[in-house]
Amino acid sequence: MIGGGLIYAMAGVVLFALGFYGFIVHAHLVRKLIVFNIMGSGVFLVLVGLPQRVAGTPPDRVSEALVLTGIVVAVSATAFGLALVRRLYDLTGETRLPNDPRPEP
Amino acid sequence: MLGEILDFSLAAILIWIAWRTMATPNLFNAVVLFIAFGLLMTLAWVRLHAPDIALAETAIGTGLTGALMLDAVAHITGKRGRRRAGRNPS
Amino acid sequence: MSAVYGPIRQIAAALAWILGIGLIAAIVSLSRPDFGLAQLVEAHLEQSGVRHPVTAVLLNYRGYDTLLEIAVLLLAVLGILAFRPPGPATIPDAATDSSPVLAALNRLIVPLIVLAAGYLLWAGAHRPGGAFQAGAVLAGGGVLLRLTGTIPSFESPNAWLRVCLVVGLGVFLAVAALPLFEGSRLLEYRTAEAAMAILVVESALTVSIAAILATAFIGAAPPRIRCLSPSRPAHSAEGERAGQS
Repeated sequence: MIGGGLIYAMAGVVLFALGFYGFIVHAHLVRKLIVFNIMGSGVFLVLVGLPQRVAGTPPDRVSEALVLTGIVVAVSATAFGLALVRRLYDLTGETRLPNDPRPEP
Repeated sequence: MLGEILDFSLAAILIWIAWRTMATPNLFNAVVLFIAFGLLMTLAWVRLHAPDIALAETAIGTGLTGALMLDAVAHITGKRGRRRAGRNPS
Repeated sequence: MSAVYGPIRQIAAALAWILGIGLIAAIVSLSRPDFGLAQLVEAHLEQSGVRHPVTAVLLNYRGYDTLLEIAVLLLAVLGILAFRPPGPATIPDAATDSSPVLAALNRLIVPLIVLAAGYLLWAGAHRPGGAFQAGAVLAGGGVLLRLTGTIPSFESPNAWLRVCLVVGLGVFLAVAALPLFEGSRLLEYRTAEAAMAILVVESALTVSIAAILATAFIGAAPPRIRCLSPSRPAHSAEGERAGQS
């Protein structure tokens, strides 16, 4: 019997793969941070959904605690990344790394 | 049966909003769609019987991350007009 | 929307497809889950000092992870404070940007936020809640107060803020190191005192997480020089407008 967790685990995998593509393709650093958060959410869905892949199993408390820690660490990494982007913008006026392509004028 | 329909539609909406977030050309739109994505993740956590994560996702993942990103986007796009005038960076 | 074009895009798309399909195949081929960890969590729940299993896992069974997590949070906010531009911004605000609706809403909501945070902290012992949720709600209240100007931006954090930032890690380290003096290992609370230890640690963590997350928002930009009045802007604004026109 397919449990609800399996649907969310697959959605998490699709989010992670989508985010992987978006992370490589986008050059703007804030967009990369947004996509990084989406990938993180995909991973958390897999972590919590996978133990419930068979219907009728109780939720797994250890994965929930790991995901709580993960959410807090992800927000701190995002905040630090945004501070770096702001500083890069203040110093150079650009919001993308020097090797990345520029938009066509 | 109803629960499975809800799970399928929630998963589909999550994937669709994630795709729209990455595909939209406007940065502000992307941040707002990301906040909506976070709120739908809260619903997903409730469906996965994880209310602690739902509370944390609403407050931290949606509220604080959204506020931080809106602040950074305003900083990046708001000073662009003054920057072209040639002022020194502050 | 600018992005990389050309072969990198196709390679990335191909890799993403391979990754997605491979992971889905791996998930589908998994065997039935076994419940070893869940049974262990349930079996030792009454010795852990709290009645909610997630709080027990976070602060007792995997307390080391939470200790490292609060250290990571502190490091992140130190990095954010280190990367702010030096000195106040020379570009003045054109107008005050606090709306009266938000100010009135704050007077209703922020006391409720404090109440909700206190409830979440207390309820973490026996129902969903806990230090992270309470600290995050409080930080949301801090962000709201910042948006209306009630909390001003700072040049450098004052002593109270510094104490609030480090109290979580400090108290957690102290409580974790106490068993060392009795011959046990780090973080091995005695069963009789686990509840009190977890409550003390959670309170300190709430204060610290709220301070850290609010400082991450407030401390990202230095205070700006305000206009003297909307009709008579400061000299730098005049010079800037002259330079632009």
